Parts: sequence; C-alpha cells; structure tokens
Amino acid sequence: MTMQGLLYIALLFVLVLGAAFPLGRYMAAIFEGRVTWLRPVETGFYRLAGVDEKRQMPWQGYAIALLLLSVIHFGLLYAILRLQYYLPWNPLHIVGMSPRLAFNTAASFATNTNWQAYVPEGQISNGAQVFGLVVHMFVSAAAGIAAAAAVMRAFTAGSLKTIGNFYVDLTRISLYLLIPASLIAATLLVIAGAPQTFAEAVNVHTLNAGAQTIAIGPVAFQEAIKELGTNGGGFFNANSAHPFENPNAWTNLFENFLLLVIGFALPITFGHMVKDKAQGRALMAAMAIILALGCVGTYAAEAAGNPMHIAAGVAAHDGNWEGKEMRFGIASSAAFNVSATGTSTGAVDSFTDSYTPLGGAIPMFLMQLGEVTPGGVGSGFYTIIVFALLSVFVAGLMVGRTPEYLGKKVQAKEIKLAMLGVLILTLFILAGAGFSLVTASGTGSLENAGPHGLSEMLYAWSSATENNGSAFAGLSADTPLLDYGLGAAMLFGRFAFMIPILAIAGSLAAKPKLPASAGTFPTTGPLFIGLLIGVIIILGGLQFMPADTLGPVAEHFLLHSGKTF
Amino acid sequence: MILRELRPALSLVIIFTLLTGFILPEAFTGAMQLALPWQANGSLITQNGQAIGSALIGQNFTAAKYFQPRPSALSPNPYTENTSGASNLGPTSAALLTNVQTRIAAYTKAFGPGQVPADAVTTSGSGLDPDISLVNALRQSASVAAARKRPVGTVTDLVNRLADHPAFGIIGTDNVNVLQLNLALDRLPAQ
Repeated sequence: MTMQGLLYIALLFVLVLGAAFPLGRYMAAIFEGRVTWLRPVETGFYRLAGVDEKRQMPWQGYAIALLLLSVIHFGLLYAILRLQYYLPWNPLHIVGMSPRLAFNTAASFATNTNWQAYVPEGQISNGAQVFGLVVHMFVSAAAGIAAAAAVMRAFTAGSLKTIGNFYVDLTRISLYLLIPASLIAATLLVIAGAPQTFAEAVNVHTLNAGAQTIAIGPVAFQEAIKELGTNGGGFFNANSAHPFENPNAWTNLFENFLLLVIGFALPITFGHMVKDKAQGRALMAAMAIILALGCVGTYAAEAAGNPMHIAAGVAAHDGNWEGKEMRFGIASSAAFNVSATGTSTGAVDSFTDSYTPLGGAIPMFLMQLGEVTPGGVGSGFYTIIVFALLSVFVAGLMVGRTPEYLGKKVQAKEIKLAMLGVLILTLFILAGAGFSLVTASGTGSLENAGPHGLSEMLYAWSSATENNGSAFAGLSADTPLLDYGLGAAMLFGRFAFMIPILAIAGSLAAKPKLPASAGTFPTTGPLFIGLLIGVIIILGGLQFMPADTLGPVAEHFLLHSGKTF
Repeated sequence: MILRELRPALSLVIIFTLLTGFILPEAFTGAMQLALPWQANGSLITQNGQAIGSALIGQNFTAAKYFQPRPSALSPNPYTENTSGASNLGPTSAALLTNVQTRIAAYTKAFGPGQVPADAVTTSGSGLDPDISLVNALRQSASVAAARKRPVGTVTDLVNRLADHPAFGIIGTDNVNVLQLNLALDRLPAQ
C-alpha cells in the first residue's frame, strides 16, 4: 500500500461527494416537477402515452404501474434476444439465444442487474445490445430512482394518500437526468478513445503476429449509461477492463465517479425533499464510511500480493496483478470493483475471481449487506431507509418508546415488512448457493477448486439476488440450473424486495407527521450514523458470516500456508 | 385497474425503445463519426496506408527484436481474435501458480536473473492489455537492443521518452504502450 494509492481513493471520494450535493438538489427539483427545460418533449410523451400527469397514485397503484411496465419490457427484451438473427444491425449474423439464456438475460436487464451469462462478442448482436439492453439500462435505472422518489415522498408530510405518479417520475428522470448526462459522458468517453460505430470488427495486419481481428461497436453510448445507471453490462466480455470500454486511467476515474454519483446524491435529494438536510447527510455519511473502509481494505489486500507468487520470484512490492490492467494500477482497480459492488453496478475493471481471498471477500460482503454503500440508483436509497427504520426500532427497544423516523411512527407493520424484504434476499443467497453446490450441475460450473469454488458460487447468488451483476467470472453460468435459478433470484431480489418497501412507504405516508419532542431519538449526528452502520453490518451481514468464513476466510489462511488446489 | 395502466406502460416502453434504442444511438453515432472519426472507429494506427493495429489494443510480439506484451489468458491465439477476457484463476489455483512459475523461468532466461515484475508473468483483465510496466520495459531493453545491434542507451532512451507517468502522481501508473514502443523502434533511423 502506498500513500499515492490512498490519495487516489481520497480524490475519488472528494469528487463524488462534492458532486453529490448539487446533483442531489437538482434531483429534488426533478422529483418536485420544478425542472422544465424539456417541457414540450415531456408533455408530448404524456400525450402519446395517455398519461394524466396530474393523477397521483397510492402505493398499490404505483407498484402496479412499475411492475406492469417492467413485465412488458421484460417480454420485449426476451423476444429481441430470441429473434436477434432477424433484426437489424447484426452483420455477423449472430443467432438467437436459447430460451433459458434469453430468460436469464431478460431478467438480468429488466432488474438493473446486468448479470451476463452470455459472451457479448459471440452471442449478442450490436442491434440487440443497443435497442434491447441499452434501453433497459435507461428504463430500469429510471424505475429504481422513481421508486426511491416515491419512498421519499412518504416522509414529506402527514396523512398522505398518494406517493406520486410512476409514469411522470420515470419520464422526468429519463429526460432531465439520465439521457442528457449519458450523452455528455459518452462524448467524453469517445474523446478518450471509446469507439462509437455500427461496424462489428476491424481487421488489421500487425507488426509481428500477422492478422488481428479487433471487435468494435457502439461502445461509448452503452458505457456511459452502464455506469451512470449502475447497470454494469459490458459491451465486451472483459467489461470495463477492455481498453475500448475504459481506455485510460482518467476514464477509469471518470467511470468510477459516474457509477457512484447518483447513489450518493439521492440521500441529499431526500434531505431537500423532507426539508431537513442533515437527515440526508447522515445517510450519506454512513454509506461513505462503509465504502471507504471497503476500498482501503481491498486495496491493502491486493497491494500485499500473492505470497506464493512472491516466493516463486515475483517482485514483492508489485502487488497482485493477475486479472488487472496495467494502465489503472492496484488502488484504482480495487476502488473500481469495490465501488461497483457497493452499488448495484457490477461493472469490473479487473477480475475479482483472481483477487486475493480477502480482496475478493470485501466486494462480496458489500453485496450481501444489501448494497447500500451507496447502492444501485434508487434501490440503494430505499434499502438504506429500511436499515434506518430498523435502527430507530432497535434504539426504541432500548428505551422502551415507540420509534419514529422523521416524525412518522414506526410500528409492527413496517418492521415486519422490512424484515420480510431482508429475509427474502438472505434466503435466495444462502439457499440458492447451498442447493447449487450439492448438485452435480452446480459443481460442474465451478472454474476453481477448494474454498475458492465455494466463493464463486456464493458470489454468483449474492450478485444475482442483490441485482449486482458482477461475478467471480470463472463460473460457467449458462447452465439450466443457473440460468433459471439466478434469473429467478434476480426477479425476486428486485421486485419481492421493492414491493414491501413501497408498502412501507404507503403505510408511513398515511401517518400523521409528529413534531419532534424531547424524547425523539435524533436521526442525525454521529450517534445515529454509528448505530446505522452497526445495524447494516450486523443485520445485513451477520447471517452470511458462516458461509463467508468457509469461502474467502478459509482460503486466506490456506493461501498463507502455501496450499493450492 | 391493470387495464387502465396498460396503455401508458406499453406506450412508454415503445417511446423509450425508439428514443434510447434507435434515435439517440443513431444520432450520437453519426455525430461522433463526424466530429471524432479516429476515436469512434477504434483509434487505428496506419503505416503505408494500411491499418496495423489500434493504439488502445495490445498485440502479440514474439520476435526478439520486439518488446513483449503481458501474457494473455486468451490462449491459444492471444491478441488475435475478437474476444476478450481474463484467466479467472483464483489465488490458490495450482494452475495459476504453475503458469506463473513457467513464465518466471522464461522471463529470467530471456532477460536475465532477478526479481520479475508482476505484470510480466500475470495475465491482464482484458487479455488485450496494450501496456507493460516501465520496470518491465527497462528489463527487456538490453535484450531488444542486442537483437537490433543497437546501443542499450538508445533503446532505454526511447522507452523513457514514450513512458506514461501518473498524473499528479496518483492517476495512472508508470507504463509503456508496447505497440507504440515497437513501432518507434522500427522507425529509428538507420545507423
């Protein structure tokens, strides 16, 4: 570990947190309908789609609209993937996906997961990437942010019957945030070297080795929304390690910034919406502290290198370079992958399967915590609200008083729904990974043996259930078991978690907003931030400790005793 | 209730598919082809009117007169096909340890004994890494200079001149683009 590496991580945090404040304020204006610079386009969309923008929805209506749109869009993507052979922009004549792979991929992109069981260069056409996957990158991100906006509204006033209009939220977030920001980001990426063409390959005659075929395509446009919308689906198999997706150290910093910035801006938005900015800053602080510890931890583990390789003659101070790109360096690679798992992005600029055991354990643990550091766009925010409610509940138990959050009484119904959401996620991760590992099909998918194999499978189920999409990529994921199993995990992880949260929002919205009294537990300041971090780690993480101990922790000790598999 | 939602949900899916799946990508690609054609088409380097590679994509060099790139997991034909990816071998993988030991033996045989730079014996994330570390390039310099019958100083000067360094000391690494380095070697004036 060097001071330069730590300074890089510090610089990343300064840039992201600095930008989150103005962006958070702007997003509050979007949610409250005060942003109007594309108003004619916006109203045009409402007219075409038959949306009554004045109509306000109760939580059930909001959830139905969100689900229905997601189901329709899922169906459309499934059809595109099956039929891509007959669709435009397919110069390599790539054939349609198998039903199970199309199901897995459609579930993956409809849920903002971007788990990739397919190999982009060989199994999907440029056309299907652009009008299939990229559209989902915009819409699923906007839907997640919309759900967060709905949850925020529940705390803005007392006795609310409605939490907003889903179609209006979706349209505004896309038009005023995701689309313009992506176009700017994509332009910067092209300037740095990311290609943007509808050609699929270039053939060159190399200096020494004869012919080389270079895969190419409309990369920059996808790359921008891939990071900004915490999607993570790479244009290429190597994802953000590919020089065309991520040409240099500057783009690596920029992409890392993009994938974090909306997640960190949302708590600030919340502070503006509830007219109590300290509330937002407290949530942001908890997110940032956990993420910073994760970045430094993984950096330290990777910088220490692989002791067996050092013993074999590799320079001791270089660190672990297997699966990493020269132009980024160790600190910047570690920060990128940790950020991508602290959010639901799942993009990688280096391959976590080849990280040291503890270096790879931290990304997995951040996913298992529920992705709240700062989490996927929207989903990270509503998940940390669940943890905030559980925190005031725990604090309330200590003093024997009905807990409140922002003047809303938190009662049995909300806590039951919150625990239901948390338990659904836990069930899919642990039962799914456990079941897969006792089947021949599951163990046949593993690339690595020993505890690392367990980590591969555990990581896959954590990633799918938490809608992350990154992988210990040695795992062969295109099998019936994993295509259908992980596909189901992604759908339940997204919607069976989001709907209880919207129900909590509806229930809290209807309650009166009580003025703070002397007995109210303050939900700002270091005491609350510390309690919230504790609740996230204990309630979010403890149930995974036995499994993680058998995987990465066991591997760490075996590595240092010189054992290979 | 669901029927009432069908029209807006379906219409928005269609509208956003048309907008973000067709109109914007077409317009953006057109604009980039016009404004930044070199980058938009893969940053190709041409020599005598023929494309010989991309400034961003690594190539395989095996001849002794050339600097060697990092090992690639894309065997058996590294750096040649339109694929990308990593080895995904874990830290306790016996196969990885064997690979690293074999590469260390080959490296020290070619470039002399001593500690081996980690990037020279590990595969990259993309399998197409265009760069090697500056230390690695300097270790290879004497051997490349000998193969070209040039003074070592000429080659190390070239390496140092083409090397990238971290911006502000923190963004990036000390590295050299192998294709550009080898191209510059080929273009050195005759002695």
